[in-house]
Amino acid sequence: MIERNKRSLPLRAIFAWPLAIFLVGLVGLVSALTGDGWRDSLSWLALAAPVAALAWAMRMRRR
Amino acid sequence: MTRRAIRLWFLVHKWSSLVCTAFLLMLCITGLPLIFHDEIDWLTEEQPQLGMPGVGSSGTTEGLLSLDKMMERALANRPGEVPVFMAFDNDQPSMTVTTAPRPDSPGADMTIQSFDRSTGEQIGMVGESDGGVMHFLLQLHTDMFLGLPGMLFLGAMGFLFAVALVSGVVLYAPFMRKLDFGTLRVSRSPRLKWLDYHNFLGVVALAWMLVVGLTGVINALSVPIEDLWQANELADMTSEYAGRDALPPERYGSLDLAMARAREALPGNNPQFIGFPGGTFSSKHHYAVFFQGDTPLTQRLLTPALIDAETGEFTDARPMPWYYMALSMSRPLHFGDYGGLPLKLLWAALTLFTMVVLGSGLYLWLVKGSASSKAHLRRIEQLAVPAE
Repeated sequence: MIERNKRSLPLRAIFAWPLAIFLVGLVGLVSALTGDGWRDSLSWLALAAPVAALAWAMRMRRR
Repeated sequence: MTRRAIRLWFLVHKWSSLVCTAFLLMLCITGLPLIFHDEIDWLTEEQPQLGMPGVGSSGTTEGLLSLDKMMERALANRPGEVPVFMAFDNDQPSMTVTTAPRPDSPGADMTIQSFDRSTGEQIGMVGESDGGVMHFLLQLHTDMFLGLPGMLFLGAMGFLFAVALVSGVVLYAPFMRKLDFGTLRVSRSPRLKWLDYHNFLGVVALAWMLVVGLTGVINALSVPIEDLWQANELADMTSEYAGRDALPPERYGSLDLAMARAREALPGNNPQFIGFPGGTFSSKHHYAVFFQGDTPLTQRLLTPALIDAETGEFTDARPMPWYYMALSMSRPLHFGDYGGLPLKLLWAALTLFTMVVLGSGLYLWLVKGSASSKAHLRRIEQLAVPAE
């Protein structure tokens, strides 16, 4: 089915990026609540991470 | 993870998703335009000329008319009605007065009038039940026109969505054990392609979907949460008044006096709204002046000052309980209206992500083909568990 010869990835490797994006997302959701100005900008950057990840995957990881 | 565990998690994921998907898709479709309702209203409605632009009606700036005067104007337009709410704006001199036939009339019978507090001019009047596309979408999104049962039902769908998200994350591990993060196998089969998009979009948008989903559940519980506050904390604050007959509207005293007393009790803060006697947000004898906090974060956390509506005496002021604070914070976190237009655009993009996750999930369930579900589960295990 999938590449049989490839070793299973450890959980740590599977969830490294998802966890990072999850935590960045939480920061983004809260940041704009705590004030305006740079706190808004931080939340835009942080919540753009999923969009950036999609663009990256569609460019680099399509098989 | 054992095969048995994968099978169980898969069943949890399948059934929680299947039950909620149609409703979640409806919520996404109606929610998408609702994200931009301020912008849409601004484009489609005529903008009133305000007497003192940029001066908040919640403040005490010289030149703002008295609250009693504003109430007098509002009631003159609605003879025989009683006040229910008076609400203020921090950025503009506009304010609203809500009236209804009775203090405890249902929302559908209420009329909201907008005024310019700097000129006293009326700038709008809408019945709560008035139409409009945005109002229709909001009703569909909130309760599907079914009132409280509809709200609670959609809340339950939101809970199932959260269950589907958590079980989806658990299943992400066995599916991805041989694939690098972000792999999208687009050329082998539509099934693999949509499986990879489903897993990838689901996991990268997880924080947003979980937060918007769970805050939606809390918003769906707003009626029981408000009732709980009224029955506990509010009843406790006004215990001296227990057993007294409701104060008749003709004996309501000065709003300006009440506001002055309330400001003395909670100096430095501005009011968001006043709840009138007999409504959801007050006792049967008090003006409840709800003050905002004085920092951006606490601005949404309200503290009511209760003022005897007849005598203008201060009765009590206490911060709202934790469960009401959760509701207060759930509103911005669900609506996405707290970080300018870029945040709203991201809210829309992530809503589209959610729709792809829902749609691809539905597709994956539909194309499992003629195989019995047992054979299907075996296939998933083969996909998920390395050959032993």
